[in-house]
Amino acid sequence: MKYIKKVLGEDLRQYTMVVALVALIIVFNIASGEKMVTSSNFQNLISGNAYVLVLALGMLMVIVIGQIDLSVGSVAGFASMVMAITARQFNLPWYIAILVALAIGMLAGAWQGFFLSRLGIPGFITTLGGMMIFRGGVIWISNSISVPVPSELKWFGAGYLPEWGPAFTGMNNSTLLLGVLAIAVYIIIQLKKYARSGDITGEKEEFWPVAVRIVLVTVVIGYMTWIFGSGRPGTSFPIPGLILVILIILYHLITERTSFGRHVYAVGGNKSAAELSGVNVKRTYFLTMLNMSILAAVAGILFVGRSTAAGPADGTSWEMDAIASVFIGGAAVSGGVGTVIATMVGGLVMAVLNNGLMLMGVGADKTQVIKGFVLLAAVAFDVYNKKNRR
Amino acid sequence: MSDGYILQMKNITKTFPGVKALSNVTLEVSKASIHAICGENGAGKSTLMKVLSGVYPHGSYDGHIIFEGKEMAFKNIKESERAGIVIIHQELTMIPELSVTENIFMGNEIVERGLINWDQERKKTRELLEAVGLHINPNTIIKNLGVGQQQLVEIAKALSKNVKLLILDEPTSSLNESDSENLLKLMLGLKKQGITSIMISHKLNEIAAVSDYVTVIRDGQTVDGYAVEAGKVDENKIIKAMVGREIENRYPEHTPKIGDVVLEVSDWNVEDAKVPGKMLCKNSRFNVRAGEIVGFAGLMGAGRTELMRSLFGKTIGIFKGGTIRIHGREVKIDSVQDAIKNKLAYVPEDRKVLGLNLLDSIKKTTVSANLDKIKTRGLLDFDKERAAAEKYRVSLRTKCSNVGVGVNTLSGGNQQKVVLSKWMFTEPDILILDEPTRGIDVGAKYEIYKLIHELADQGKAIILVSSELPELLGMADRIYTIFEGQITGELPAKDANQEVLMKKMTITA
Repeated sequence: MKYIKKVLGEDLRQYTMVVALVALIIVFNIASGEKMVTSSNFQNLISGNAYVLVLALGMLMVIVIGQIDLSVGSVAGFASMVMAITARQFNLPWYIAILVALAIGMLAGAWQGFFLSRLGIPGFITTLGGMMIFRGGVIWISNSISVPVPSELKWFGAGYLPEWGPAFTGMNNSTLLLGVLAIAVYIIIQLKKYARSGDITGEKEEFWPVAVRIVLVTVVIGYMTWIFGSGRPGTSFPIPGLILVILIILYHLITERTSFGRHVYAVGGNKSAAELSGVNVKRTYFLTMLNMSILAAVAGILFVGRSTAAGPADGTSWEMDAIASVFIGGAAVSGGVGTVIATMVGGLVMAVLNNGLMLMGVGADKTQVIKGFVLLAAVAFDVYNKKNRR
Repeated sequence: MSDGYILQMKNITKTFPGVKALSNVTLEVSKASIHAICGENGAGKSTLMKVLSGVYPHGSYDGHIIFEGKEMAFKNIKESERAGIVIIHQELTMIPELSVTENIFMGNEIVERGLINWDQERKKTRELLEAVGLHINPNTIIKNLGVGQQQLVEIAKALSKNVKLLILDEPTSSLNESDSENLLKLMLGLKKQGITSIMISHKLNEIAAVSDYVTVIRDGQTVDGYAVEAGKVDENKIIKAMVGREIENRYPEHTPKIGDVVLEVSDWNVEDAKVPGKMLCKNSRFNVRAGEIVGFAGLMGAGRTELMRSLFGKTIGIFKGGTIRIHGREVKIDSVQDAIKNKLAYVPEDRKVLGLNLLDSIKKTTVSANLDKIKTRGLLDFDKERAAAEKYRVSLRTKCSNVGVGVNTLSGGNQQKVVLSKWMFTEPDILILDEPTRGIDVGAKYEIYKLIHELADQGKAIILVSSELPELLGMADRIYTIFEGQITGELPAKDANQEVLMKKMTITA
């Protein structure tokens, strides 16, 4: 145990969900007759769930400030529908359409942020209103009819990285390059960190845990690279997955390494204390809601790209999946607690459940029931753990 | 033997883990009188009243309570209320969204065949309101009433329970002058109807106006008690009894090095946001010099915290004018951010509610008010964060296993040190410390005192707000007294003593 702690850090609880995720994958792989861990299924899993994980990134910050956003599905649907109409009916190029979608997200976020931060109306109410307004808006402007999107947009929802270079690698070289880069960056960060350790406390860390970490991560990333890269020719690590990874890194940095991120946690942890420490609480509320709706627009773009048309019902009940991911990831309803990485693990647990049950031929009805139980179990386990630690 | 007494509390002793809150307190209250209880903050007045009203049930204290000649053993508030003892707390306990009628009969509804008889309730409410001199519709929603009126409704509620002994805990602390006068008149009226009142109050002028007898409690003991004659009270005698104790040598030696005036506040006015017309600060005017520790003395509710918080970015009340000069230059401070920019720091009185995010670690808390200082190329630098936290852990002698642990795992004294590090990290020129040693044990207090001296020696201007007079006398170089939002006195600490201060804290000069 002591050795495991040295490698993974003092707080092992954060790995509970990782263990659960791995266990789920293994169990489903066996139960489905090894249909789970295949290139095509993993590619499918990622591109089919990227939009939920993107929503969960924003939802995490909303929940950390102690609010909730029920409107994300409707905003995503509205933004992507406007995007589709812009491209189709006004014949504007695809990149203008994307900018329009993002602008819609921004406006929706500013609208909701205004009611929360300036008028003090709780996010639950503000976004319940937004949920109805934007859902109604989608149906209104589309006349309840799906609108196809230009083929360029499909790249964002279902595209793959280019094929190039030698064939002897036996896999997609773009994916291979990404994997190698990821491993290299990780090694550099770890070594730099090791070199600096002890500068402050005077106690140099031991080297072997660093080495074990590097080996572990190299194996995991290497295996993932193989899985994603070795599919049928023309496929790779999916584009929506790449966008998701970039956003995860970005939001990990925002939440952990910027003043704004610290303010988000401060406001959620103790609003009065945050205010007396010079945090602009209203601004923090506003920006968090604004950010959520922009990410909702991004999620809408990814989804529509994959389904090739914007539909009037797109986005229905997405907010629930996003909220569930955040709570399975260990966030607290009272705010102040939760991390980007844990939320992503929570979201992947939901995604793997969906995917695995589908592979086993379980119907959508029963899947829903099982997901509900998993959410309850995960949160109950977390609450129980916290109580016992005291 | 209980002749003439409605209540006798004999040899009441109440201990909390590690603290003896009351020891052998005796209180005898005559029938149909107004009995005042006074004492410093934390002297044990409220504890005594909680024992009486059954908040601390029979068995959790030693001693006897004899009410109307019978020994009582209340297990909860319900039982004491049934006997006719009703307590009205400082903070009103009514439900703001409900009507006067609903509040008065809350938990005590007039029920017929399972349904509430509203006509009956409204009729009785009207009678009760008349009795307290309140001419309003019984259907009025509580939140639409002023604080003074709400208090009268509380008393009406007490009357509905056939009250014999009414306990009022600092009844006028949140009222403006005319409402206070009304309330005191009502108390005299109730006395004529044979209802006894116990009034806890700091305000000697009010005690002089209405009470028949005064009991003084200090450090959990009854120290003095005498009848008030014909509306006259010997204030000096009460003050002496309230403060009584000697200053022990609990404060480190220190020779101040006082420089130029750093902070100068003039004509500072703030109105209570909840009670129109009530001023939290009235024309406050004071200054603090570099290297100087300036104490602010005042009883609870006098407006010390309100003054400080309104200076620190106007985070309380409605600002009604006034100027702040720092190093002789007038500055505009409209938010906490402005205050921090102008090198002000404020360590709030309630550590857990206002000072800390209890979910955070020591290092995150330390840097939280000055994140820019730990940035490298725009991103927070964890090495700098750790280095800063380590620096203050060492210099403030904070006891913890490492700076990564949560602040919720620390003792009160160490938590306070973390709050202090957080504000020292903003490199302030002016440091406002609001009750910095509340809830901290004696040893840790001494360390905090030494830190305050170190900070003063670095040339910082320090404002020390405290309810403990010995602390102010032991620490401050100069002391201001506050009473009802007004600065009533200023004197060098060496010329001050507890009696002088207490006098200025209780009477408008």
